[in-house]
Parts: sequence; structure tokens; C-alpha cells
Amino acid sequence: MRGAAGRGIVPLLIPALIFLVLLFLYPFAYGLFLSFTSAKGQFTFGNYLRFFSDARDFRTILVTLQISVPVTLFNVALAVPFAYYMRRGIKGERIITFFLIVPITLGTVLISEGMLTFMGPAGWFNQLLMALHIVKDPFQFTHNYLGVVISLALQGFPYAFLMLLGYVSGINPDLEKASQMLGANKWQTFWKILFPLMVPGIAIAFSLNFVMAFSVFPSAVLLGQPSGPTRVIAIAAYQWAFEKFNFNAASAISMVMAAIELIVISVVLVWRNRMYKGATMVGKG
Amino acid sequence: MKDFKKISVRNMTKRFGEKIAVNDFSLEFGKGEFVTFLGPSGCGKSTALNCITGLIPITGGEIWIDDECIDDSKNKVSPEKREFGMVFQNYALFPHLSVRENVAFGLKLRHIRHAEIAQRVEAALKLVHLDGYGSKFPSQMSGGEQQRVAIARCIVLEPRLLLLDEPLSNLDAKLRVELRYELKALHERLKVTTIYVTHDQTEALALSDRIVVLRLGRIQQVGTPSEVFSDPSNLFVADFMGFKNMWTAKVESLSAKGERLEATLDAQGLKLVASLAWPEGDSRRAVIEEAHRTGQPMRTAVRPEDISLAPRGSHNSFECAASIVEYQGQASQVSATVTATAGPGLEALRVDLRSGTLISEGEVFSASIPPEKLLLFPATESAAEASRWTP
Repeated sequence: MRGAAGRGIVPLLIPALIFLVLLFLYPFAYGLFLSFTSAKGQFTFGNYLRFFSDARDFRTILVTLQISVPVTLFNVALAVPFAYYMRRGIKGERIITFFLIVPITLGTVLISEGMLTFMGPAGWFNQLLMALHIVKDPFQFTHNYLGVVISLALQGFPYAFLMLLGYVSGINPDLEKASQMLGANKWQTFWKILFPLMVPGIAIAFSLNFVMAFSVFPSAVLLGQPSGPTRVIAIAAYQWAFEKFNFNAASAISMVMAAIELIVISVVLVWRNRMYKGATMVGKG
Repeated sequence: MKDFKKISVRNMTKRFGEKIAVNDFSLEFGKGEFVTFLGPSGCGKSTALNCITGLIPITGGEIWIDDECIDDSKNKVSPEKREFGMVFQNYALFPHLSVRENVAFGLKLRHIRHAEIAQRVEAALKLVHLDGYGSKFPSQMSGGEQQRVAIARCIVLEPRLLLLDEPLSNLDAKLRVELRYELKALHERLKVTTIYVTHDQTEALALSDRIVVLRLGRIQQVGTPSEVFSDPSNLFVADFMGFKNMWTAKVESLSAKGERLEATLDAQGLKLVASLAWPEGDSRRAVIEEAHRTGQPMRTAVRPEDISLAPRGSHNSFECAASIVEYQGQASQVSATVTATAGPGLEALRVDLRSGTLISEGEVFSASIPPEKLLLFPATESAAEASRWTP
């Protein structure tokens, strides 16, 4: 892109660049700077050393991974068959899609509030289960690990599903026909053709879902036990920042969060590249 | 490969709701035959092809291979078990697999030994002149190369029937001719039973043993390329095969001349003689006799290239004035107005002809139609057919 056309494009990028610098690069750089300084402004590794040596804080990495990895796997694993069956459109697709999008639009807090009453010990859901004699006593769905996982699934699944649906319906339908004509049944066609072609979409859906789940905060506070079993890494950062007013320590925790997310995404992308070595243009033969 | 003698399609029908895409389609083809479904877009040729593969379920009729029924519109052998091969217009190569893996795909599903797979894949690639391309990916190849891979992917499995759905229409003109020639050579060599779908009459004529002309889901004519080319069964086929000059003409007199029937015609005042190769007992004789008796007009059809420039006053000739001349290299496509028909109350006839000599626009010249090149069709046929089958 050289010459007149190339020069014409640069000014058009400026608003986006300003946006990126102000909202992402500057806060990130400032956070990174804070995490390596003490309260007095001197360079130090102390914030990191403190985090990794404090058992209660260090444990939050494990706690968060225990919540976010299973829920992300669940969301993506469920989204794949859903997207597959709806790839050519089905009856009532708009209604199904509508109900899937609603949780996204409602926001985390409203969903958590709703779940507290709906799935609480005296809520409708438990009453239904007891009426159907599935459980004797109210089952504990909230204020524990399960509550956080359910709320993350409710919010994360629609994202994963919609992303994969877009991806699968973009695959040339003749590929399936070709596979069938070559002797493959539906199952073989799925695993040998569609799934490998879905891998890039699955990788992206997994990464975004994981990042959302790993940085969970409101659900973990409202629906979990923020003092113990669901004390996720974001809670630790929040407490350092707004209870102990130590922004340097909180920044270090944020940097650890970012690093873990980057590691997981890298692993996913390596998997993606091993699975999918063909053209990046899906479906266009 | 299971051997067979013939495939019969009987009364195959496909409805999409109210719309009939394939209507009462019956056809038999023998082993090794190259059959082409030819027709304009929307004529049902691709649907018919997909119905035969089983990819589209049929709503009526049956498909048999010898005495094995593979589809009776209720129960069917699923497409993957029919041992048919299909080549798609957009190639449909698996983009995540290399050329070698694409071609080996069907063989691997059949649990064939590795060594044999490798050997058969190489042989198939060699057959389509792609030896050495095995480790490339589809995205690294040109359209023509991709279509060769798609063909190799099918023939490596030695299918009972090879189906090609407009395989050349995504290629540029030069490649299209090259690959068409190779398809012909491949068929000569392998003698695999083939159904080929196209809207291009040149492709159909060049490749086929038999051509099936389709329109609005109905078979219009089945015949060898030369039959369809020179003796179309109705006005639609004639039009599709390149006949022009479809004038309304009254039959003034009829006389038998041996095996031929000679008719004198009046088209808007233009007097013409047609010598029709309709032997005694041909049903078309009855039609023209009826038209002669009732005075019902018929429609003429003459290929532009069959009309020649002739000296004034020669047989079946008339004067015309050139209005549009398109130079096309070897000949010029000339549209002209027949001056004899431009009298009061008469609409001027337009004549389309091809001329090897240069004619300039506005020039008046004399053209002649050889009587045996002038065909006649019932005038109402086309309109009636159209109103019956268009929704």
C-alpha cells in the first residue's frame, strides 16, 4: 500500500489509534509501571514477590482457573453441536437466538440477582425440583462454586454459540456434499471436514470465553463465597485496590491475570495451528 | 466397483412445495455412456443431477441400477453408499487438506492399505496431469488445477457413475476449452459412465454421446449431439441450439418429394420454400397438414450461418438491408431488414445471418436460405409449453 491511496488511508486510522492509545495502551503501560513501583515510587519486584508468597492470594489463580476452565470448555463444547445443527437454519431459529441473546443484554448483576431468587433455597426452581421429587431438601445452587459456574455459563454460552454459528454457516455446504459423495457418513463428515474447519472459530470462541470467565467478578461476589471457595483473582485485586488502597499491589495482580490469560490463549492458538494448516479462507475451495 | 449394465431413471419427480423442479424425468443410460443434461438456468438440470446422487430426496419415481432399486422415493440407498462420484462447480475441495489428502479421502474411508492408497493417489494425480502437486493446498492452486484435483478425487474411487455439475463454468474461456478436451480424453480412456450438467451447448456437443435438453423440469429432447443440433424437436430446443429467424409463416402448399416434404410458405409476404426431412409416417407431417388445412401459422427456424449471400433472383432468396453488423473475426453477425416484407401493413422481418464477406451497415444485399435448412415448428408450442410450466 504505497502511493496516493496508501497515504490517504493513514489519516483515517488516526481516530482509532487515539482510541487505542487512550483506552488501552496508556492504562496498560501505567498499570505495568505501578506494578513495578513501591508506594513511594521506587522500582521494586516487591508487589509480585508478595503476591506469589502470600498463600491466600496465590491460591486465587487456582480458584479462578478451576472456575473458568471448566465453564469455558462446557460453553464451547455445547456451542459446537448447537451451531452444527443450526448451520442451515431451523424453524424457530429467531426465537432461539433471541432467548440466547437476552442474557447478554441483561448484564451480569441482573442475572445474578435473578438467580439468587429463582435458584435460591426457597426459589421456584427448588420448589419445582421438590414437587417433582427430584430432591428432598432445597439444593444449594447459590452462594457456592456451582452458582458462579451457572451464571458464567448463562452469560458465556450465547457468545460462544453465536460466534460458532457464524463460522459454521460460512463453510461452503458443497464440502459436506462432496464428503458424503466420497463415502463419508454424517459422523465422519463432521469429524474429518466440519470440525477441522471450525477449529479457528472454536479457538477464538474459547479464548474470548476464557478471558471473560477468568476475569469474573460480580458473579463471584454475588453468587459465590467471595471470602473462600470463590475468592477469584479479580477479588484479590479489588481488595488490594479499594480496601487496602494499595494500587501498586493491585496492579501487580492485574498483570499476573493478564499473563495467565495470554498463556492460555497462546496454548489455544498453538492447538489451532496444529489442527488447521490449510487456507485461512474457510470454504472458498 | 460393482459392475452394471444400465442405470434407469423412471418418472423421477422433485417438488419444492408448489414448484416442480423435475417433472416426470425418465431416462436410461448404459455403462460407459457420456450423457449431458443441457438447458438454461432454472431448467432443473442440476436438481435432476442431485436427485440421481441422492443428495436431494426425490418426491416421486424410481432409480434403478440393473435390477437393484436405489431409490423409490420412499426408501433410498444413501448417497455415500451409491458409489457415485461428483464434481462440483466450485470444486468443493477440502481447504484444510493437501491435494494428496483430498484425493486419498475416499480411499481412507474404505480402509485400504497405506501403500495401495499412496500408489492409487499418485496414479490418479498423474492421470489429471498433476503429478508433483500432492503436497500443495487447494488455496495455492489455480481454478483449473483445483478442478483437476476434484476430478482425480472422484476417479480414484472408480465410481459406478461420475456426475459433473457445471464443472467448467467457473473457469476462463481458454482453460474451459483445455479442460473440456482433457475430460473427453479421460472419458475415452476410462469409459466411466458420466452425467454432465451444463448450459453451454458447445460443451454438450463436444463431449456427449447423448444430450438431454431440459426446460422447466421437463425433458424436451434426448438425442445424439448431431440429432439435437440439426433436428431439434421443438422451437425451444431450436432456439437453445442456436437457431434464429423464427418467423410466423403460413403454409401455402405441400407436396411430397420422395422422403422429403416440400412446403411453400408466406412469412409477412416473404415467399419461401422449405424442404423438410420428415419421412412418411412422421407425426410432424400430420401437424403441418393440419396447419395447411386450417390456415394456422407455423414458425420457421434457420441458423444464421446457414443463410448465404446469393446473387439476386436465385432460389429462396430475398433482398435485405443491413442494420447492425458485428464483426466477429472469421465472420460477421449481420442483422438486416427484409425489404420485401416492409410493405404497407406488414412488419419488417429481421434476418440474422453470418457473412464471411464484409457488409457495411445500410448496405442492400441478397440472401438465400437453402430449403433443406429451413425448419418448421407449430407456432403455439412454445407459448403453450411456457404457460403450462411457469408458476
